[in-house]
Amino acid sequence: MSRYTITGETGEWEIVVGLEVHCELLTKTKLFCGCPNAFGDEPNTNVCPVCLGLPGSLPVLNRRAVEMAMAIGTALGCEIRPSSFHRKNYFYPDMPKDYQVTQYDEPLNVEGRLTLVDGTPIGIVRAHMEEDTGKTTHMGGDGRIHGADYSLVDYNRSGVPLVEIVSAPDLRSPEQARSYVSELRAILVATGASDGRMEEGSLRVDANVSVRRFGGEEFGTRCEIKNLNSLRSLVRAIEYESRRQVELLERGGSVDQETRHWNEVEGRTSSMRSKEEAYDYRYFPEPDLVPLAPPAEWIAEVVAKLGLMPAQRRERLASLLGESSEAIEEQVATVIDLGLDDLVVATIASGADSRLVMARAANEAAQQPDAARQLDPERFGELIGLEAAGTLSATQAKAVLGELLTNGGRPADIADRLGFKALASDELGAVIDAVIAANPGEWDRYVGGDDKVAQFLLGKVMRETKGRANGKLVAEALASRRG
Amino acid sequence: MSETEAFAGGALAIAARVRSGELSARVVTEAALEEIAASEPLLHCFNTITAERALAAADAVDAKVLAGEDPGPLAGVPVALKDNLCTRGVPTTCSSRILEGWRPPYDATVVARLSAAGAVSVGKTNLDEFAMGSSTETSATGPTRNPWDPARVPGGSSGGSAAAVAAGLVPLALGSDTGGSIRQPAALCGVVGLKPTYGLVSRYGLVAFASSLDQIGPFALTLADAAATLQVIAGHDERDSTSLAHPVADLATELRRGVEGLRVGVVADFLSEASGSCAAAVRQAADALADAGALVKEVAIPELLHGLSAYYLIAPAEASSNLARYDGVRYGLRVDGDDVQEMNARTRSAGFGDEVKRRIMLGTYVLSAGYYDAYYAQAQRVRTVILRSFARAYEDCDVLLAPTTPSVAFPIGAKTADPLEMYLSDLFTIPTNLAGHPALSVPFALGEEGLPVGVQVLAPALGEGPMLRAGAALEAVAAPGARGPVRPQLGGPLAGVAR
Ligand SMILES: [Zn+2]
Repeated sequence: MSRYTITGETGEWEIVVGLEVHCELLTKTKLFCGCPNAFGDEPNTNVCPVCLGLPGSLPVLNRRAVEMAMAIGTALGCEIRPSSFHRKNYFYPDMPKDYQVTQYDEPLNVEGRLTLVDGTPIGIVRAHMEEDTGKTTHMGGDGRIHGADYSLVDYNRSGVPLVEIVSAPDLRSPEQARSYVSELRAILVATGASDGRMEEGSLRVDANVSVRRFGGEEFGTRCEIKNLNSLRSLVRAIEYESRRQVELLERGGSVDQETRHWNEVEGRTSSMRSKEEAYDYRYFPEPDLVPLAPPAEWIAEVVAKLGLMPAQRRERLASLLGESSEAIEEQVATVIDLGLDDLVVATIASGADSRLVMARAANEAAQQPDAARQLDPERFGELIGLEAAGTLSATQAKAVLGELLTNGGRPADIADRLGFKALASDELGAVIDAVIAANPGEWDRYVGGDDKVAQFLLGKVMRETKGRANGKLVAEALASRRG
Repeated sequence: MSETEAFAGGALAIAARVRSGELSARVVTEAALEEIAASEPLLHCFNTITAERALAAADAVDAKVLAGEDPGPLAGVPVALKDNLCTRGVPTTCSSRILEGWRPPYDATVVARLSAAGAVSVGKTNLDEFAMGSSTETSATGPTRNPWDPARVPGGSSGGSAAAVAAGLVPLALGSDTGGSIRQPAALCGVVGLKPTYGLVSRYGLVAFASSLDQIGPFALTLADAAATLQVIAGHDERDSTSLAHPVADLATELRRGVEGLRVGVVADFLSEASGSCAAAVRQAADALADAGALVKEVAIPELLHGLSAYYLIAPAEASSNLARYDGVRYGLRVDGDDVQEMNARTRSAGFGDEVKRRIMLGTYVLSAGYYDAYYAQAQRVRTVILRSFARAYEDCDVLLAPTTPSVAFPIGAKTADPLEMYLSDLFTIPTNLAGHPALSVPFALGEEGLPVGVQVLAPALGEGPMLRAGAALEAVAAPGARGPVRPQLGGPLAGVAR
């Protein structure tokens, strides 16, 4: 890919980005207690002595959360190691114990790699487990803690299991950062550990950004940017922050290592905490938990259950689809995102036309992904067969598919029930002749070699037949009449 | 029925009579409540007395007996709970202002197990604030007095529980032991105090002081009562990750096994650090065990004396984190401020006493960036050294014998001005906590001023069996009058009222 640089007054600059992605795990219960892990419930209803940090309560590690964390590590090519938990101490009202239980110097997953869609490898330093905090809403002021009249805390999220995935500082452009998060998101969804919803906060990104002279070796001083709630904010924040740093350096200033807050409305970052104000977290081993050293058999079990990852799934589809295009790439991405690729692969294997299968899966079946994942590939293949043979028009095929997804049945029976009969060829011929007679100017231009008019004539025929005609057959019929 | 009659024979005797229907749990409970109320102005063993709940629990036991159901092995036995054990709906204060008004929504596992065994909880006993202290003088509710001499401390931090058993107010009590907080007050009050192997008893519902050291255990007048209580509260609990899966031995059987052939090591290094009567008691105890057929020898484990310094880094470090949650946001005391930080600071300034603040500051410092390796990590290395030294000693010893305390009970106020002097009270008990081992203190002799002296039996992890065997042999030959109950002279002048 082409190099991304910032052109300043004194020359070219390169940006260096590392990302920390917090992923909420889709466990039924929280990390250290049996409370439901659910989003959007009435505040402070999914709480107990443990996740409220009441005196005397103790944490017990959720086995399923560990399995999901290991699945994520495996999907990112990490080594799964014996690990332990630490306490990260700092005062904050949404943290009921005023410390967070997290993994520190002995994370569960280390040294992995994520390959961007364009083939660029990005290092994964670690993917460790930790607990989420509650959620504070500051009332009055500008919605931040300073200047607020009072604050409300919801502890439903307190103790929800998180995996924090830390990339190496290998990203060199905002676009790469976007591509990394989007691929990581696809991987997390594919492991079943995450729903990948950034807007609901189940995937949260912090970006470490620094700049250096193009071609330089040493890293510049970095700033950590928080509050990036979408891929769009991620790209904009990195663009803004790197320019800010370049301008600062070119004016002879220096970048302070600090935590900065992204303001989506103003489109700029501002200082949250300087290095001097940074917390001393006083990490020490969590005495209420025992070390976590998953035995080889347990790891093997998790690895065996892991399905194909997005890159492998893309390859599998690509090999079935032949020459690619931007439209096909989009269809592939949609199908994988919704987990419809198994359906597509099986349907193609049953002998159905691959491109037609892909189109119907990505455009129509994708509207009802839950039902589509349950769809019998053989039935889907029958439908594609009817459409490919011209027995059903595209419009009719879509209607039958909708019915198939909602109520099931055999495509041919559904078509009968809906009154979809293929147009008899003499009836179609009569319609085509009538259209030609009604549009002599267009027909002349078509005969004269203007292929663009074909679409117009085809549209007329489709309208006359109320969508019952097969577009491919109409095109053939027009061509044969041209001689 | 008088309380003395009702309590005759201790906890197991009460339970046997209640189970047979000969004695009603209500009568026992009423006697205990009456005695507690009468003693409170002088001794102040209790922060909270739960009379109504106790009578209801006693009636439930009696109803079970009437219905022919099994009322449990501790049926009708009044028990006092250290006020750092969570009790559903009952104030749990840790003798601190900061928990003012807080009522836990749940019972600690030990509380639930005692109740399921038929024991009747009568109230919450006084302690050093958050169990930080060795005299019960740091309590926000005022000191507990030693029933042997109300001018003296009962020891701590479980002073209320120890004194309540020593004064005969209850036959059983629970305490917690982080650096000696069960054994030291047991020795100073002339009762049995047992600190189990770390993980044998669930900590769920014990308000944490130093999580890697805390362990709950019983106080009783006899070893048999203490063992029976441990039998009830021990065993795996899925709510405590550090709880052991190991099955609990039949402790009553162990008690009767005798000491023939038991290998006993006398920790020589401690004898020179103990007062005359405390060291002498250990020598007498060693002779008694040898007479009973044990193989006794002296062992040198000088590393154990480093335990104190390591303890005063590790325990405050953990405490600084465990006590962070008392921030005024969710429960207990809140002193308002202009913003959250100011509210936090004001609440903690007003809510914690000096000793707790001292340890929070010490612990915060110990864990700070740049100091961690020199203090906390170094202390953990010392802990490893102590574990190895114990392991070496236990290669040819089944149990170790040592003094429980350096001296007999000291006067109230004698050490409050000098924290380091106070910390030395736990010199002989701390290594056990650092190692996660069990140990018990048996009332064995009378020392200076006619005050009780305890002898400590130490054992390796899960060595409760041999530990109880040695303890039982010592109990059998203990000096007459070395253990409670004692009757403090109610309402009299404080000095010299004991006996
Ligand atoms: Zn919970």
